[in-house]
Amino acid sequence: MVPSDLRYTKDHEWVRVEGKTATIGVTDFAANQLGDVVFVDLPVVGRAVDQFATFGVVESVKAVSDLYAPVSGQVVDVNGDLASKPELVNSDPFGEGWMIKVELGDAAQLGELLDAAAYEKLTAEA
Amino acid sequence: MSASGPRLQPSLFELSKPGRGSDKVPHPPRDALDRLPAEHRRRQPAALPEVNEPEAVRHYVNLSQMNHAVDTGFYPLGSCTMKWNPKVNEWAARQPGFAQLHPMAPDEIAQGTLQLLWELEQMLIEISGMRAVTLQPAAGAHGELTGILMVRAYHAARGDTGRTEVLVPDSAHGTNPATATMAGLRTVSIKAAPNGRTDLEAFRAALGPSTAAVMITNPSTMGLFESEVGELLDAVHAVGALAYMDGANLNAILGRFKPGEAGFDVMHINTHKTFSTPHGGGGPGAGPVAVGEKLEPFLPAPRVLREDDGAFRLERVGERPTSIGRMRSFVGSTGVLVRAYAYLRTHGASGLAEITDDAVLAANYLKKRLGDTGAYDIPFPGVCKHEFIASATSIKRKTGVKTLDIAKRLLDHGFHAPTVYFPLTVDEAMLIEPTETESIETLDAFAEALAAIAREAEADPEIVKTAPHTAPVRRLDEAGAARNPNLRWRAAVGDWTPCPD
Amino acid sequence: MAYGPHTPADRQRMLAALGMQSVDELFADIPEGLRSSPLKLDPPEPEQLLMNRLAGLAGRNRVELASFLGAGAYRHFSPPMVDQILLRGEWYTAYTPYQPEVSQGTLQSIYEYESLIAELIGLDVVSASHYDGAAATAEAALMTCRAAARRRVLVSQAVHPHYREVLRTYFAGAGLDIEEIPLVADGPAGGTTDLAELERRLAEADEPVAGVLLAQPNFYGLLEPMAEAATLTHAAGALFVAVVEPVSLAVLAPPGAYGADIAAGEGQALGIPPQYGGPYLGILACTDSLVRQIPGRLVGMTSDVDGKRAYVMTLQAREQHIRREKAASNICTNQTLLALAASVWLAALGPHGLRDVAAMGAARAAELEAALASMGVARAHAGAYLNEFAIRVPNARAVHRALLGRGVLAGLVLADAVPDQPAFADALLVCATEVTTGNDIATFARELGAVLGGETAGGAFEPAATPAAANA
Repeated sequence: MVPSDLRYTKDHEWVRVEGKTATIGVTDFAANQLGDVVFVDLPVVGRAVDQFATFGVVESVKAVSDLYAPVSGQVVDVNGDLASKPELVNSDPFGEGWMIKVELGDAAQLGELLDAAAYEKLTAEA
Repeated sequence: MSASGPRLQPSLFELSKPGRGSDKVPHPPRDALDRLPAEHRRRQPAALPEVNEPEAVRHYVNLSQMNHAVDTGFYPLGSCTMKWNPKVNEWAARQPGFAQLHPMAPDEIAQGTLQLLWELEQMLIEISGMRAVTLQPAAGAHGELTGILMVRAYHAARGDTGRTEVLVPDSAHGTNPATATMAGLRTVSIKAAPNGRTDLEAFRAALGPSTAAVMITNPSTMGLFESEVGELLDAVHAVGALAYMDGANLNAILGRFKPGEAGFDVMHINTHKTFSTPHGGGGPGAGPVAVGEKLEPFLPAPRVLREDDGAFRLERVGERPTSIGRMRSFVGSTGVLVRAYAYLRTHGASGLAEITDDAVLAANYLKKRLGDTGAYDIPFPGVCKHEFIASATSIKRKTGVKTLDIAKRLLDHGFHAPTVYFPLTVDEAMLIEPTETESIETLDAFAEALAAIAREAEADPEIVKTAPHTAPVRRLDEAGAARNPNLRWRAAVGDWTPCPD
Repeated sequence: MAYGPHTPADRQRMLAALGMQSVDELFADIPEGLRSSPLKLDPPEPEQLLMNRLAGLAGRNRVELASFLGAGAYRHFSPPMVDQILLRGEWYTAYTPYQPEVSQGTLQSIYEYESLIAELIGLDVVSASHYDGAAATAEAALMTCRAAARRRVLVSQAVHPHYREVLRTYFAGAGLDIEEIPLVADGPAGGTTDLAELERRLAEADEPVAGVLLAQPNFYGLLEPMAEAATLTHAAGALFVAVVEPVSLAVLAPPGAYGADIAAGEGQALGIPPQYGGPYLGILACTDSLVRQIPGRLVGMTSDVDGKRAYVMTLQAREQHIRREKAASNICTNQTLLALAASVWLAALGPHGLRDVAAMGAARAAELEAALASMGVARAHAGAYLNEFAIRVPNARAVHRALLGRGVLAGLVLADAVPDQPAFADALLVCATEVTTGNDIATFARELGAVLGGETAGGAFEPAATPAAANA
């Protein structure tokens, strides 16, 4: 079961909201599909991201995937550990494999995302 | 190689020792470089390896013996057409008259090569059913870019600036969409029909005034002849778009189907596939492009022309302003084209037709043998052309063994693996192309090896999942190679995996 | 059939397995209306006759002349060990190393090639190869646009005219802007890139520049102020691309020394025969920071499950077979065998041999300059050169033709190669390498003197036999 306190996109990103800060990463399903992650290309702090637009790229040995933002906002933090340890995305996708934190622009956007149950259903059908 | 098998080799840099070296060229005068200003001189000599001839030759001979090659065994690689590379072609390309000719030599002293190139163009025109050919492109993908740039020029010349899309089937080779992007066009991917062929209705729905071209591989990358290609070409032309044929699978249709006759406007040919020029470990190849009437004015410059008196010449700079320009320096990968010319002359019309007949017969025979094992899924069981798809989906479900594992276990049987995980649209795909130059004994042995591996997958899956076992190296840490790329030898201290010797 | 193994019995066996009578049944899926007319080609030619035909064609080319032609393709001595290695079927009939366990030969040789070129060029990342110097240069220019997220690239007019044409073709496709920087007209810097003009264009604020390309040596053989150009380029936030000739790097400062971000060039000079244009070897290299932008294959070192050192194609996710329409380039087949050829040649010569080749070319070129000067023919420029330079010759085209009839290939008629440069209306581009002999030079000077002195007797050019005769 994926964490119930998170919200999910159809492209397998997750978001955790604490106050005004939204932490974003990719799910274990995505990490499994990709295989061993070798590189994550993330935006710099200060950049604006838009909901459902790409904010970066995650690269494995055999695939490259665009990363789509679940919510809009301004990037306030980027996971520097991923530069030297991209494998964290595989080993702990919901924890230490987090990618960016944004200052949430509009909390109502969360309503457009899937909850844990809906996301589970999506991945079961895949 | 020691008599007991291929051994890993240290790097050339590890064989280097100061003072080692061969006197291959005479010494220049001591003051030869004095006239060069100091700021242009190299301060530190390049730290290239110093090895003598015996060391260097042993190094390269030993390395070569760790390669699988057409000269050592079967390569059932779908889409690659790994047919025999004739030895006379190597002799031909090395004739000093061909090999020593400078690419900017005046036409008067290049008549032999110019005649060969011109005759080659005529042969390719006949084979493709088109009107004209350029021999400039250095590879199939290079030919694709050439073709699509000509399509763009054609629409621009008509004042039609709205043509921004290229339609490709979702089973297309990755070079097709990548080419569209390099040409500034957007790729629209069209899902195949359930029978593996292009979905004519889906194409019709997507065709319109924004369509610059469609790029079709025929036979498709599933090895199936596109029987509705006539209707598709009509639909393409009806909306004012052009039809590009990816000629990678030309080996299946020599003498049976001429793309230009059928209505394609442009196609590329891979000489390193259909016309036997060797793959060289990744290249060189050549990608001649054949065009119909609409695109002839836009061919890259310079073309090879024949004058009324029978002499040959190159077009002069600026002689044909409608050309898209140059795709490369000089005239073409002539050394490769000499080999293709020799191959075409060797076979002639009847030989080429026989190639296609044997290639298609062998593929269908192998497909039957594989299907009969009951272990491999054959998603498209009907008649195929020169290649076919098998899948390990059922094997994976029953045993956990995947196509990747089967491919690696085949190496232990002395075969190269087929193309795997392409096309992307088929699960656990293996694309198998025997070509016309493999004996029936080889085909039978290959089918038996696959049957044996399928049995192993049930009885002893671990041995398959950890294959290969007898190659010079076993499975590699590809993730590590990508996370911490080590792309060059560094003389300085570093984290080295120890030297093998 | 020439190479097919099937006997009629084999074919029967295969058809029987399929329950078919004739191979035509396997082509029933081609609609009748699309079945082609029979191929109208000559009948098959037995190998013996084919070889006669090919020898005849090769014999119609004239390659024995005393040649001073360079212009981007250079004759060098190649030790016989090189070709003997290249003739091993394990090298030239191998496929792309997608199954690394059975391709360690190819993979290690590419890694070594990357290392050798990295050492020569002074940049750490070297692609496994591109089609030729022109394609590599175009890819380098496109890289600068991607890396800098800008649309405008400046290229010196002293970069090879073919390369500039290819740049225009590729940039038209990509919808980007390529602009040429003119040359200094005369004086000590005549024939080199006009740095003042470069600076002016870099300062144009409305369209910032992504990259600047200069060649070293340039097309006219002259040495360019690369370090100064790199400084100006970086000051404007752009990337500096050096287009280089690899043999010269044995003695000239390499791109890494003067701050180039990317280097491109033609590897043909590394012992690959001229072959009338190819297959050649496109060299492309860059700094570490640009590694994810460089198109083409890359081979890296890794280890296998037993800890043995091994080599593998890496960072493949950038390439077309994975990235598809988002790939930086559509390149698939490259020039691997030529990269091997260059590596073996460098191994055969070693660093001292390579330096001797470059230095001997310089020495011969100086002899050539002196010999031509003694006939009253001077260089077109004053600046320093390595082994190639332009000379002023009245009625250059006619003189070139007359010399051809006298056994001398007197370089390149610049009016034909760069017709848009009126400064070279009466000039020839000549070069010398270590294979140029004193005798060649003496012949050139003597015949040139004769032609300029108005001698018309003897030596009218005789073209080879007409096509009809050659087919006998």
